[in-house]
Amino acid sequence: MADAEFGKADRSQYPHRRPDGSLDIDLTSGKYLKLWQGPNHPGITGNMSVELTVCGDEVVEGKTHVGYLHRGFEKLMERRTFIQCFPIVCRICVPEPDFNEYCYAAAVEELAGLEIPEKAKWIRALILEMGRINSYLMYLGGQAGAFGQGVIGQWTTYARDLMLDRFEELTGARIYHMFILPGGVRDDLPEGFDERMEQTLQEVERTLDDVYDTMFRNAVFKKRAVGLGYVDPALVDEYGITGPVARGAGVARDVRKDQPYLVYDQLDFEPVTGRESDVYARADVRRRDLLMSVDLIRQILSKMPHKGEVMATLPNVLHWKIPRGETYIRGECSRGEYGYYLVTDGSGYPRRVNVRGPSYTHAMALLEKLIVNVNISDVAGLMVSLHTYPPEIER
Amino acid sequence: MQTLISQLQTRFQLSEFILQRDNLAFVTVTREQLRPLLLHLRDKEGFTHLVLLTAVDWIEDNIFQLTYLLGDRTAGCDIGVRLMLPRDVASMDSIHDLWPTAATYQRELREMFGIDFPESPRVDEDFILEGWTDLPPYRRDFDTLKYSQESYVDRLGRETKDPAAYMKLKLYPDEDNDG
Repeated sequence: MADAEFGKADRSQYPHRRPDGSLDIDLTSGKYLKLWQGPNHPGITGNMSVELTVCGDEVVEGKTHVGYLHRGFEKLMERRTFIQCFPIVCRICVPEPDFNEYCYAAAVEELAGLEIPEKAKWIRALILEMGRINSYLMYLGGQAGAFGQGVIGQWTTYARDLMLDRFEELTGARIYHMFILPGGVRDDLPEGFDERMEQTLQEVERTLDDVYDTMFRNAVFKKRAVGLGYVDPALVDEYGITGPVARGAGVARDVRKDQPYLVYDQLDFEPVTGRESDVYARADVRRRDLLMSVDLIRQILSKMPHKGEVMATLPNVLHWKIPRGETYIRGECSRGEYGYYLVTDGSGYPRRVNVRGPSYTHAMALLEKLIVNVNISDVAGLMVSLHTYPPEIER
Repeated sequence: MQTLISQLQTRFQLSEFILQRDNLAFVTVTREQLRPLLLHLRDKEGFTHLVLLTAVDWIEDNIFQLTYLLGDRTAGCDIGVRLMLPRDVASMDSIHDLWPTAATYQRELREMFGIDFPESPRVDEDFILEGWTDLPPYRRDFDTLKYSQESYVDRLGRETKDPAAYMKLKLYPDEDNDG
């Protein structure tokens, strides 16, 4: 193809496909180059890599590789009592571990027929929203960083650190909390928590104002993010897309609203949606969703009962046998639908635990589809916009 | 959900039905009925979302249970379609043409449980484990502790405690901890 034609051609038709649907890429032709992005690369989302086939500076094929972080969590849990699984489940997702605790605890409670106190539900919702804010703050830093704006990550890390302080005073830990257990939560809110949380929320809002001015109104960020990584709304069901990636495409799916859990049916909110379905739209959905979480935390703290138990009476957890059964519990984490499929066999150990993280579909099938015809320099920005965490894939 | 299951029972041979919650049910089907049932649920009943596809190893019964969990995001309900496969002939038809993302699940099941899905894209490519030659590790007869002891050396100076015994001692110090 002549150079002039090359630039004008419909790039989505390139490379050509063979009759069996595979891409017509002849690596011996000298036109293509294999390039690995990751596993050690500043533009990769965690411990994974993408095997790129490039033609010039255009990606013509991308294959996701995972396995650098596999610790066999699901298998390990089969050898542990139900309560012993808690130090494991939270480690499946570092930036937002609490969803693992909640989903697993709720699944155990359902199969064991355990009711939790009302106040515990409010505290669980509070923790999940705090975790969502932390996760979004990390994301914003990563998304801006992928396009060369390092300062945003410094600002959002500062705000996240303040929220980690709140986690620390509430749970005793900053990253892995192990605060949500079957039966409720480990403790009530400490004295004066509401006031300190309000100060933190105000600081988060101030930081987000700066982020909006510096990142979202920045010409370079717009130039690179607008139009990149378009997700057709028709793909949402086909590819199992959930969370901000779906909502950025205008599909108003939010488990908190669609299948309310904990106390979300008592809170006033609407799913945040976008329209353009590109990297910019997804970033903006997350920014606005973060602000909604700030509002939800204020609602939770004002509506939460002041008195009451936070933990139900549990049987002796070392001899706790749960009747045979199976269930699936889901929640809306910052990246989409997070769920636990738990199977019990009447013994004191889980028969099978399967974790459904949104990254499983977003970082594999969807990324491999979206990455074709993207410029090499935009791969990092595209990946981050799907907000993927590899440990969810290799549980 | 009860109404839907009743309707399905008239059209398909469902051998087992469990209503777990108002919005979650599990049904068991035969191999031949799986694909027609999934298509019916997807195209006629609104279960357009493949939530997950996974397996459970019931080694004592010599079967693998495949669970196809489908979600209707508009109605807010889920149905788990279960299929029992003989463990020694662990092979199932692929559904990647119904949901492209199923190919990833099937690739993982091939690697972790040794359940084959012929025709599924890249199903034979390494997914998480590279160069694995042992039993598929998520099968119940794969012993993680034995594998670990045979493959790795304990860190010098590291003391380990039996987790169950240690926890019992910490949680219930007054109990008789000998037994």
